Amino acid sequence: MEILVCVKRVPDTAENEIEINSDGTDIDRDDLVYSVNEWDNYAVEEAIQIRDKVGGTVTVVTVGDDESEEVLRREMAMGADKGILLSDGAFEGSDGFGIASILKAAAGKGNYDLILTGAQADDGAAQIGGMLAAMLDRPYASLVNSIEVVDDKTMKIGREIEGGNQEMSEIQMPCVLSIQTGINEPRYVGIRGIRKVASVDIPVHGAADLAVDASAAGSAGAKVKRLDYFVPELGEGAEMLEGGMEEKIDKLVELLKAKGGLK
Amino acid sequence: MAQLFTYIVHKGGLVDDTAAELALAAQKIGSGASVTAIVTGTGADLDAVCQQASKFYSQIWKFDHADLAYPNAEAIRKLLVQLLPSDGIFLLPHDTFGMDLGPGLAVKLKSAYTADIIGIDAVEEGNLKIVRQEFAGMAYTHVSVDISDGVVLTFRPGSFQSEGQGAVNGQIVDKSSEIGELNVNRRFIEIVEAETGDVDITKADVLVSIGRGIEDQDNVEVAEELAEAMGAVVACSRPIVDAKWLEKSRQVGTSGQTVKPKVYMALGISGSFQHMGGIKGSPFIVAVNKNAKAPIFQVADVGIVEDMLEFMPELTEKIESA
Ligand SMILES: Cc1cc2nc3c(=O)[nH]c(=O)nc-3n(C[C@H](O)[C@H](O)[C@H](O)COP(=O)(O)OP(=O)(O)OC[C@H]3O[C@@H](n4cnc5c(N)ncnc54)[C@H](O)[C@@H]3O)c2cc1C
Repeated sequence: MEILVCVKRVPDTAENEIEINSDGTDIDRDDLVYSVNEWDNYAVEEAIQIRDKVGGTVTVVTVGDDESEEVLRREMAMGADKGILLSDGAFEGSDGFGIASILKAAAGKGNYDLILTGAQADDGAAQIGGMLAAMLDRPYASLVNSIEVVDDKTMKIGREIEGGNQEMSEIQMPCVLSIQTGINEPRYVGIRGIRKVASVDIPVHGAADLAVDASAAGSAGAKVKRLDYFVPELGEGAEMLEGGMEEKIDKLVELLKAKGGLK
Repeated sequence: MAQLFTYIVHKGGLVDDTAAELALAAQKIGSGASVTAIVTGTGADLDAVCQQASKFYSQIWKFDHADLAYPNAEAIRKLLVQLLPSDGIFLLPHDTFGMDLGPGLAVKLKSAYTADIIGIDAVEEGNLKIVRQEFAGMAYTHVSVDISDGVVLTFRPGSFQSEGQGAVNGQIVDKSSEIGELNVNRRFIEIVEAETGDVDITKADVLVSIGRGIEDQDNVEVAEELAEAMGAVVACSRPIVDAKWLEKSRQVGTSGQTVKPKVYMALGISGSFQHMGGIKGSPFIVAVNKNAKAPIFQVADVGIVEDMLEFMPELTEKIESA
């Protein structure tokens, strides 16, 4: 089976405090720790497991800049066979539709039976997989948390829905699935694994190679534009307990007693 | 102003809370405009849902069809593409159904798409200025959306709370005869209910809930000791279940359990809307987080900036020595 997995390099929100820069045009990107989008790791792991069962290849692709190459290498160290970087100044300012259009062009250069994305990335929009599927006219399912290959044409999949219940369906291939965390346990990638793929060639494709035009991608084609980042005026929020550890604990114990938090 | 439509999510003959929330959001976009709610399903449940929805909407379009008995996003997309005007404004909840339907629908309608909206800032000719978040709720942004060729919008559940609504008494129009071909390449089979675990966190009065800040499986024990000292039950956020450190039945949130404790102590949890969406009945929320800017401090009653790994054993000791 030929599998394409779309991944993204994102600031690691578990590792960073996100601050907005002084003019509100971006977040403060100095000293940010980046990693592969959490959901994408599960998608790549799933692709590798499917390939190991039924044969084929796993290709990872990302739309990004030179630095995005590191996430492709990381996913190749996990076991993906190939990486493709889609990079061009003309892609800057793309909205979700633009990113999906670029990925569609890249998908068209291969012959993929299955395309996976993470369920969502750092902007929380959860949109690329569904858009890509519709552009390619392929069936789609979001938030997939189990995959069973039935035959060349069919898969049985589970979608995670509200309350942790699972919606089981049969889907025809070729198709696009967005992957939810918890579907598997992504393997650990050590520094040695990364070194092994350090010199593997990763092709870079721009707008011209992909025949993506300005009406589809980039800021000119974007109907959705981020205007700024801002800090909202919020309510008072929590009453913050101050002082040293002991002081905080004393205050908390009093509060817990009053609210029925201690038995 | 283009026509406004919403999709009504329902289950077991009951409308979801988002039905009222989307009515309010639609009013913010087209104040005073008539809004049409689209309801799909079959039989008596569908009729009951249409009745409930008519409290919030001036017009209900009812679609009764065996192929719509389960809300399969692919079938519903086909229906909507046949139905919606090319410049329509279509509102959906940002839940597991909206995420499944929205992006592909926007592509097929050649409309703009914006997801997980938490506020509407301005409505202009052919343009909306909306508010959303990025980076797991740690940054807010204003987004401009060109709606001149129509738009599909998904709204975060709970961000438009309705008060004193629900007296519209709208008209229910049966549009079932207009349903065209609904063949799908993704066929629904069944729902597998979530497994019940060893403890029922929904029954607990006091929850000690741990998130990614617990860092290591070995530290889960430290939280269990604290819970025992407090007479509480251990719950958690999703990453702890993904890592298989606790059972799925311990997960609080939209894709886990909905809990109604008296006291909810969140340790090393950032406060994502999917997590907070599982906490109901306004408990007393204590948040312990090492990041003073963690979003959870906006919704907690009491906040403590500390390393939870140092904090938990000290609190346990204090309680045990009392
Ligand atoms: C469709 C869908 C459904 C979802 N359903 C759920 C759900 O039901 N429940 C759920 O929880 N999530 C759910 N999620 C995931 C959700 O979006 C978040 O990713 C998740 O809630 C984050 O968990 P967290 O707060 O534990 O981790 P993070 O967001 O990584 O936060 C960890 C926090 O711990 C703090 N921290 C780190 N170390 C320490 C320390 N030593 N001491 C103190 N604090 C520390 C950090 O400052 C940070 O604030 C869902 C996501 C999707 C897309």
